Amino acid sequence: MSGNDKNTNKRNKKRNRTIMRTAIMALLVAAIGYTIYNSATAGDVSVMKVGDNAPDFTLTDMEGNSHKLSDYEGQGVFLNFWGTWCEPCVREMPAMDRQYEEYKEQGIQILAINIAQSNFEVQSFIDRFNLSFPVTIDSNKSVMEAYSIKPLPTTVLVNPEGKIQRIVTGEMTEQDIAGYLEEISPE
Amino acid sequence: MEKVQCKCGHINPAGTLLCESCGRSLTEEGQKEKLVDMRYEGTARRSQTYNKSIIDKTWNFFSSVKIGVSLIVILLVAAALGTILPQEQYVPVAENDEAGLKEYYGEVYGIFGDVYYFLGLHDLYDSYWFIILVGMLAISLIIASIDRVVPLYRSLKNQRVLRHPSFMSKQRIYANGAAADDSLEKAGEKLKQLKYNVSFDKNGLLAEKGRFSRWGPYVNHLGLIIFLGGVMLRMVPGFYVDEMLWLREGETRSIPEAPGFYLENKEFILETYTGEGEEEVFGQAIDRVGNVVKTYRSDVVLYKNTDDSVPGATDNIEVEKEYSILVNEPLKFDGYAVYQMDFRLDELKAMSFALTNKETEESFGELTIDLTNPEEVYDLGNGARVELMGYYPDFSGFVDGEPQTATPIPNNPGFLVELFTPDTPEGEISFVLIQNTIEPFGDNTHKLSFQNVETRDVSGLTVRKDRTLPLLGIGGLIFMIGVCQGMYFNHRRLWIQQQADGTVILAGHTNKNWFGLKKDLDQVTEHASLPAYMDQQEELENQEKKDGDNKS
Repeated sequence: MSGNDKNTNKRNKKRNRTIMRTAIMALLVAAIGYTIYNSATAGDVSVMKVGDNAPDFTLTDMEGNSHKLSDYEGQGVFLNFWGTWCEPCVREMPAMDRQYEEYKEQGIQILAINIAQSNFEVQSFIDRFNLSFPVTIDSNKSVMEAYSIKPLPTTVLVNPEGKIQRIVTGEMTEQDIAGYLEEISPE
Repeated sequence: MEKVQCKCGHINPAGTLLCESCGRSLTEEGQKEKLVDMRYEGTARRSQTYNKSIIDKTWNFFSSVKIGVSLIVILLVAAALGTILPQEQYVPVAENDEAGLKEYYGEVYGIFGDVYYFLGLHDLYDSYWFIILVGMLAISLIIASIDRVVPLYRSLKNQRVLRHPSFMSKQRIYANGAAADDSLEKAGEKLKQLKYNVSFDKNGLLAEKGRFSRWGPYVNHLGLIIFLGGVMLRMVPGFYVDEMLWLREGETRSIPEAPGFYLENKEFILETYTGEGEEEVFGQAIDRVGNVVKTYRSDVVLYKNTDDSVPGATDNIEVEKEYSILVNEPLKFDGYAVYQMDFRLDELKAMSFALTNKETEESFGELTIDLTNPEEVYDLGNGARVELMGYYPDFSGFVDGEPQTATPIPNNPGFLVELFTPDTPEGEISFVLIQNTIEPFGDNTHKLSFQNVETRDVSGLTVRKDRTLPLLGIGGLIFMIGVCQGMYFNHRRLWIQQQADGTVILAGHTNKNWFGLKKDLDQVTEHASLPAYMDQQEELENQEKKDGDNKS
């Protein structure tokens, strides 16, 4: 074996070794990264993400009308999960109602989804704030579960294609609400 | 780095301690030593050979046993720290309420609590740094194993029968002396009888047994890595569910993390031993400790969505199963198990009142308000009725004159009512609380007087699913196989050479259980009349002891 061959051989070996080691370590680091990513989004493993298809559901509002999410394809849907005991939910309701008046002619649907309270509580709440958008009660918490809702209020914005455009946890200002409605309003 | 050429002509990879071919020591220190270090067969451990690029340096870092042990120690210390204060799931704050948790730890445990929260020790197993450390340990396990097992495998596979006398004389078991001409053959015979693999080459033989025990530690590591992989999978959606579900009697709720399934709580039953009849035998124990619980039971109905239905609607679910959940007898379905874990007794469900005249105590009739589903109007007949204007299940005070509720659970119900009787057809407004009535517009002539309550119990259930169990089991099994392989079997080797002058040199090595090796060798020595061997390490130790004694 000539000296030249030996050197080439050595260089090849060294290169292979580096590639091998890099590959193994990259794989391991990726596995750890994935675990951390999952644990960061966890507490709850089946979290919804922006861009996912919005799970379909059927809920009946206080006037007896049935609302099926898939029937609203082509419209932007603003889903607001709330409860009467949740102060920020109560505060943002009037603003939502005002914006609903502005946007309802532009292919926007607002649905407020109450978490398993009684008809009486929900109806007196609607009367108190004179709400004009449909309010429904998720009496067995299945829609809440399907959307993996944890803190209240949480608002899920569904675009006209039926995909989740944005998930908002916490209180929204009227400006926020207007901006979000603009985002999901059909062209 | 340059390759190392041995005197025998063999070219060894850089960093080799003992020539791969003949076994001569290749380092100066090694040549001076009386016994050779047989760890990893004196091969060039990959990590030790090159240390140039960043990749090589990282590789070497993880390959180090010291680093591996340090990681284990750090993890142990962290796990111990995590037990000082309760973990987040055991404090009375919602798990996702970060601000509330921070406040709780700070308030209850002071500055120590703040630091504890800041470091993520309140949720140790999910804190980034803990996961990173476990991940590093996994990397260390994998790299350290690859780094050792590959050269070890190569070296054991390419073993030569003939080793250099300097290698043999530095083995712990060594013999050198005159022997009969046929002793090599006879030794081979006997060794085969003792289940050794014997190979001859020219004037020497190599007898080997139990080589697979050398892989024990690596099999063991493989098991651990599979186990860690299983634990990692728990964080991947769909593999692991561990959720609490508080279900009140009469409620039907969607089961957390089990889409399409619903659970109704028919009844929660807490039975205690009576100490009577058949249970008389428990009488003494009951007298001593008071109540002894016999059963915690939740009678439930499992519902499933019909095929084409979606969440929300309550009329498209069908009964799947009726079941009584007992402790250790969970409701099982579709890979899930629902366990009886906890309970709360006597939560308010309904309250009964009588509409009465304050002075005459004349009653206009009774009404029962279902706290989970109150009605707007309660008509008592004869012109008397109660109109519910506001209901606050967990009354917490007034904000701007408006009553507030803290939670949706009827812990402290408040009712804003308007009372109508034939005497007061215009109505009287009253705010009714437990043991308290507020009359915001002056004295009323009538009141709602409390009659009694209905209560209901709450079952605390946990919903579990664990698809990683088979993987954890396999990992554990492989781990144990590795342990047995390394612990209960030994890799024994004997080298025997007949020199030109008729004398025989013999060397022996085992990774553990030298006593066993010597026992084998005793039989061989007797059968083949080999020269007596000595245990060089014992002699060295004796020598040192003597030296020590002389000095003192």
